[in-house]
Amino acid sequence: MLRALFALCLLCLSSLVGAQSPLAVPALSARVIDQTATLSADQRARLETRLSAFERQKGAQIAVLIVASVGPETVEQYALRVVEAWKLGRHGVDDGALLLVAKNDRKLRIEVGYGLEGALNDATAKRIISETIAPRFKDGDFFGGIDAGVEAMIKVVGGEPLPPPKATSSGAGIDFETLIGLGFIAVFVVGGILRAIFGRFLGAGVVGVVAGIVASLLVSSLLLGVLAGIVAFIVSLFAGVSGLGGWSSGGMRGGGFSGGGFSGGGGSFGGGGASGGW
Amino acid sequence: MRIRILAVVAVLVSLLSGCGYNAFQTGDEAVKSAWSEVVNQYQRRADLVPNLVSTVQGYAAHEKDVLTQVTAARAQVGSIAATPELIKDPEAFAKFQQAQAGLSSALSRLLVVAENYPNLKADASFRDLQAQLEGTENRITVARNRYIKSVEAYNVSVRTFPNNLTAMALGYQVKPNFSVDNEKAISVAPKVDFGATKK
Repeated sequence: MLRALFALCLLCLSSLVGAQSPLAVPALSARVIDQTATLSADQRARLETRLSAFERQKGAQIAVLIVASVGPETVEQYALRVVEAWKLGRHGVDDGALLLVAKNDRKLRIEVGYGLEGALNDATAKRIISETIAPRFKDGDFFGGIDAGVEAMIKVVGGEPLPPPKATSSGAGIDFETLIGLGFIAVFVVGGILRAIFGRFLGAGVVGVVAGIVASLLVSSLLLGVLAGIVAFIVSLFAGVSGLGGWSSGGMRGGGFSGGGFSGGGGSFGGGGASGGW
Repeated sequence: MRIRILAVVAVLVSLLSGCGYNAFQTGDEAVKSAWSEVVNQYQRRADLVPNLVSTVQGYAAHEKDVLTQVTAARAQVGSIAATPELIKDPEAFAKFQQAQAGLSSALSRLLVVAENYPNLKADASFRDLQAQLEGTENRITVARNRYIKSVEAYNVSVRTFPNNLTAMALGYQVKPNFSVDNEKAISVAPKVDFGATKK
């Protein structure tokens, strides 16, 4: 009796877990995510560089996701869940777009962020799907279809006047905040060493002067440099009181340095775009 | 004395924010903005109708029934002013929903009829309109889902303890939500017809 009950419980549990569970949204690890091994590493890299070059040039984020099947949902529902999780496009500009291919379902969708709905409107997205991508997919040329589709999306979005991309320094993406954080760390570490050598006051003075010079060189403003120097002087003068211990890696934020990773900028979507099949 | 009154007021105010009053305000605004988006997308669909009708008319003028049905449904939708007050009134809300559902079904009949006219289907502007209509229907679905979620959050905040006491005292009520209007149709298993394969 007890065993039967247990079996029944298990059955209920397994039916809950199985069948109806919708497909999980993959983590956004790159601009081109292929879960079906349809694209070769080479092809993926090509799309990747094209898309990241476009983001640097225009600011808009376009991503490609290939899944085997979208599960029990429609391709529209799944696409929306993906973009809600990934948040492609810049916050406030909402210039993100996703090309989703469900290979075994033979369905695809272009999901368009609010900011791109004017340029990449439903009719245009539909045309890209039915005239550019679908014919190539029909021939089994998946890379060709995706490549041409992405190119068409880039062309349409490229003609849209968008706010220029933030002029972040090359690649590594070190912004002003990180710079200040790094500066503080440097002041603490270097300050600690110098204090040990020169004694408290003189050490802090040296740190202040050095920090001032470095800061004025970096931001090319004498006033800000002097200000930074004074702050550095005061900080390193009093830092020694409570000891250096807890400060060694306070300011390092994980995100900025994850190297090569890709993350959405916080754009939002409202279900715009078009779907199609082949 | 004065200080004591001030203290009592301060305590009361802090209680007010602790008893859900602020949650009601936040939730209410969220519901309103979600509702605006729903109305916005319905309006977008209604705006597409005249173009769609005139395009179809060019190829299939004798399909008078369907065309007049769409036009009538469009007029019905237009006659209901979708004001923010609408979401406070369950009856008007149901009427609004009914009118929109009427337009939905009229439009889908129109598209079914359009399938019989190859020239119409090949017409570029019809295809664009159809893509826009599809996109708008999807946006409506998304907006409705977001509205449903925001109302749910609001209603939960109104009905849970201790917020429900505040809600009762200040007259905040549960908001009406979208319902599935064809529950019966959904519970019937779909008929599979292998005769009519779509290509």
